[in-house]
Amino acid sequence: MTELPKTTQKKLGLVIDLDTCVGCHACVISCKGWNTENYGAPLSDQDAYGAAPSGTFLNRVHSYEVQPNEGAAQLIHFPKSCLHCEDAPCVTVCPTGASYKRSEDGIVLVNESDCIGCGLCAWACPYGAREMDQAAGVMKKCTLCVDRIYNDNLPEEDRIPACVRTCPSGARHFGDLGDPDSAVSQLVADRGGVDLMPEQGTKPVNKYLPPRPKDQMPEIDVLAPFLAPITDQPKGFLGWLDRTLDKL
Amino acid sequence: MHPAPSVIFFSTFSGLGFGLLFWLGLGWPSPDGVVAFVFFAIAYLLAVGGLIASTFHLGHPERALKAFSQWKTSWLSREGVCAVAALIVMAIYGAGAVFAGEHWRVLGVIGGLLSLGTVFTTAMIYAQLKTVPRWNMPLTPLNFLSLSIAGGALLAGQVTWALWLILLAGAIQLATWIVGDTRFATSGTTLATATQLGGIGQVRAFEPPHTGTNYLLREFVYVIGRKHGFKLRVIALVLMTVLPIVLLLVPFSHVAGGLAVLVHVAGVLAARWLFFAQAEHVVGLYYGKR
Repeated sequence: MTELPKTTQKKLGLVIDLDTCVGCHACVISCKGWNTENYGAPLSDQDAYGAAPSGTFLNRVHSYEVQPNEGAAQLIHFPKSCLHCEDAPCVTVCPTGASYKRSEDGIVLVNESDCIGCGLCAWACPYGAREMDQAAGVMKKCTLCVDRIYNDNLPEEDRIPACVRTCPSGARHFGDLGDPDSAVSQLVADRGGVDLMPEQGTKPVNKYLPPRPKDQMPEIDVLAPFLAPITDQPKGFLGWLDRTLDKL
Repeated sequence: MHPAPSVIFFSTFSGLGFGLLFWLGLGWPSPDGVVAFVFFAIAYLLAVGGLIASTFHLGHPERALKAFSQWKTSWLSREGVCAVAALIVMAIYGAGAVFAGEHWRVLGVIGGLLSLGTVFTTAMIYAQLKTVPRWNMPLTPLNFLSLSIAGGALLAGQVTWALWLILLAGAIQLATWIVGDTRFATSGTTLATATQLGGIGQVRAFEPPHTGTNYLLREFVYVIGRKHGFKLRVIALVLMTVLPIVLLLVPFSHVAGGLAVLVHVAGVLAARWLFFAQAEHVVGLYYGKR
């Protein structure tokens, strides 16, 4: 049923560190690879080698420029996938019961054999986490690699989502956000993790760690002040050229 | 939002059909025999034709029966249940009128209310979405219901009722547009709340995740035709309200009545196209678009 569970035993999710993400898109590729070869319909591409390629992705990395009041602009890479919301609007709108949130671990999934491809769940999601696969005609979304994290056939270090396993900068963390003592919960508490679009009332499980403030390099070189330019006006030949060109 | 033709035709024509069933159920008019057959046939063609059109945009229409199961939480499921209930009750009532010359009043009123309920549930599919602030307001169901009842009165030949209801529907349509224009700004969702980076400074979308387009942009960030929005609103309002009222005020003839129906429907179709094309989904913010 598409009624949301009142509570879940665990709140499995991701913590994404915007301070360390380098925007390499490796998580995008590993996600597409794993989820095309495993659980559910493959993530199809249309016109992949043509003029207008387009395809289904469960994870995409945006890049934002943030201009502070003073100082240089910052570039922040921003991976975005399903946030496995506690109050998931995508689940309750589903007319067939194909969308559901698991009571044991809080993962939001789609039963693809029940999905009629109406697209309403994607309309209800404020984060753009759901995409209709154009080849299969069913809704695709992040499964938190449910076929990896409980998979006894994989070595233990691989029993985490593909995006987390592959991230070369350690910007992605996986764990139980319902347990205040878990490593991910501690990380969120230490770094002031935040919810995206809190005003939408979705109560996302995934948290984002904001970029830390830039540190300031103190002036330690005693000679540097003597090397600084002492005049803005050029002298000699350049000065003559400057004045002559001004007169023309 | 992408204005899918199947959904525009569905919501316009089924709205009209269920509006006509509402008036027939109340007994204005109460025809029997062949005349009743024609009235009910028109209503069912519009209502059922619209419902069938709505399945064209599904990825898997063969599984559509499953959509009746989740009425506890899903407005789309409730719409399906309500529509089937209305069509069955009105079919029994209509059979009585056509074949027995009987008008089972209680049954008719129940069927009429279920017909309005169907239009209401259709509107709530859109009005429930916090992600589309323009739709997320009580004016959305009022807009759908007033157009359905007014169009139904027009088809049912209730000239006096139709005159006032079309005027009312036009006023509600105008209010829906004016209030709707402010909804995105008052929803409080911005690129800063979407990224939570506003504490550092002014946020600007620098680079999208991919060079091409995708499902999200095609479905939710539809901008074609928005620049003609004002002209289309004027055209829609003239067609659905002004011209039908003029045609109803001239001495009644079936030609003028038929013409009033046609221009009214054309106007509602234009307004319904704008309903989708002008609606902005908050996910566009992540792409620096709306």
